Amino acid sequence: MNDVLLDIRDLRVTYTTEEGLVVAVDDLNLQLRRGETLGLVGETGAGKTTTALSIMQLVPSPPGRIETGEIFFDGEDLRRKRLEDIRNVRGNRISMIFQDPMTSLNPVLTVGFQIEEAIMLHQRLSQRQAGRKARDMLKLVGIPEGRAGDYPHEFSGGMRQRVGIAMALSCNPELLIADEPTTALDVTIQAQVLELMRRLRSEFGTSMLLITHDLGVVAEACDSVAIMYAGAAVETADTERLFTNPRHPYTRGLFGSIPSLDEDVPRLSPIKGIMPDPTELPTGCRFHPRCPAATGICAERTPVMVAVEEGHEVDCMIYEGLVPEARIGEKED
Amino acid sequence: MRTGSDNVVIAEIDEKQEGLDDTEAGLTSAVPAVTGSRPKRRRTQWAEVWRRLRRNWMAMFGLAIILVIVFTAIFADIIAPYDYREQNLLRVADPPSREHLLGTDDLGRDILSRIIHGARVSLQVGFVAVSISLIVGGTLGALAGYYGGHLDNVVMRFMDVLLAIPSILLAIAIVSAFGGGLGNVMIAVGIATIPVYARIVKASVISIKEQEFIEAARAIGATDLRIILKHILPNSMAPIIVQGTLGVAIAILSAAGLSFIGLGIEPPTPEWGAMLSSGRHLIRRAPHVATFPGIAIMITIFALNLLGDGLRDALDPRLKQ
Repeated sequence: MNDVLLDIRDLRVTYTTEEGLVVAVDDLNLQLRRGETLGLVGETGAGKTTTALSIMQLVPSPPGRIETGEIFFDGEDLRRKRLEDIRNVRGNRISMIFQDPMTSLNPVLTVGFQIEEAIMLHQRLSQRQAGRKARDMLKLVGIPEGRAGDYPHEFSGGMRQRVGIAMALSCNPELLIADEPTTALDVTIQAQVLELMRRLRSEFGTSMLLITHDLGVVAEACDSVAIMYAGAAVETADTERLFTNPRHPYTRGLFGSIPSLDEDVPRLSPIKGIMPDPTELPTGCRFHPRCPAATGICAERTPVMVAVEEGHEVDCMIYEGLVPEARIGEKED
Repeated sequence: MRTGSDNVVIAEIDEKQEGLDDTEAGLTSAVPAVTGSRPKRRRTQWAEVWRRLRRNWMAMFGLAIILVIVFTAIFADIIAPYDYREQNLLRVADPPSREHLLGTDDLGRDILSRIIHGARVSLQVGFVAVSISLIVGGTLGALAGYYGGHLDNVVMRFMDVLLAIPSILLAIAIVSAFGGGLGNVMIAVGIATIPVYARIVKASVISIKEQEFIEAARAIGATDLRIILKHILPNSMAPIIVQGTLGVAIAILSAAGLSFIGLGIEPPTPEWGAMLSSGRHLIRRAPHVATFPGIAIMITIFALNLLGDGLRDALDPRLKQ
């Protein structure tokens, strides 16, 4: 049991907006084992970032609110912790790498100071020792330590993301949440940053929650994957199984939307329709309006997670035996 | 030359502290010290601003005048040819002459000496009044902007009430209630302009707290106080500095206005507004008595405005090349 570092149960997060209640995360269940990397995949608006912020207890409130659910980190429910204790967890035991390295560093503070700050907040070190450690962290991510006194605008995007990684790892966290860490970077830099993260992760023994919408990144970096759609996980499996045998119609749709070198298809087949309006989620299975296999029951009954094989769970009524597995994978005209 | 790396370490840490002071002190020491023996181009945001400001000759002109006035105020005792209290009733309202370069006033005092000493009073009033309103207004604005909600509502509605009363009227009311004198004038002028700073600070705090690096600061476990002081305020210095510079001009003018109507600084303290007022009844016979203090006020305000406008341009991120 203690093997599981992060255990999210029935998490529901909502935002109150002028258009109504937006359910960003709805009944999400996730497990991350110690030392593993879990990929959290989904389209924009699927609730990936909200999930990350919920773990950090940083959901902006108001308008956001964690309504129900538990987030167990190392056996303790983060939701029940006092603010002070949460602050001790943030940056120390759980840290985060942000999507856009252009905006996640403070423009008027030197990068050295920013790393130092993260260290000094959690470790009893003198400023001098912290400065030493900050420069060591910079060296570790491949930035000459002499640049500790430079400002973020003097670095390229890739280097800034390295600074972000240095900052996140400076207190040797148990869990690293990376929120689309490579999305804002060039492809060539993406590979470098992923490689760096993988190397440091194994060096530090850190578990990682990697949020991305790039299945390529998942294939490269993750041990297991959770596919999110409209606020809930629809399929979870280890990376190998998911890539060889995707089960949920949505997952299959995702794979159909990316070009493959092996198959020669005249057209990519994107998933029909758009993400549902989060203020008015469809009844029943949330994916049914876009699902090629949907039948009448899909609009009425909410599917339950079923294990199709060991460690491979799917949230679809096909696997509950209620809907025929017709037309899935077939091409829509 | 540096021998060990430890020296460099210390130098860098020291410099970091200096860097922070820079942001607070504005532009005074915008160019950081060079570290170790490495040649290093290091351009902070403030160095960049200073470079742009230097190109604006109008602003530099204003800055030069202000420096001269500050210098005059500091060394007033040495520079002034006469004691500002020294009366000579035999030479009342004399026109400018070799002994009295700007003439004498209605009590036969040397106007030049009084203007020189008056610079001290005016600058003091300007800077102290702005400091008062900046500290109080800035704190209220930062809290309202950062926490929002009810706190924001209560604070800002209170500011609206203050804002609804014309600031000079408010200052008059405060001074007439608590009496004149340098201290009360500074407080009155300061209180009257609190809402201006509260609004400016609030607006820039709101725009900056939504940025991702603030979320990042929270994610490393920083406290609210730390986020406001170390992460938000240094980023919102630009509008505050501009408003502060212009605010000094407004404060000096308000203080002069109060003195002019007899509510401000008590004689014989040489305050420009009071001097102007005392020369009022001599305006036909001896126009210089009222004119020179007026010109002193005008030049100071003009210089502060030039500098303020120049700073606004230099700090405008849209003008970055």
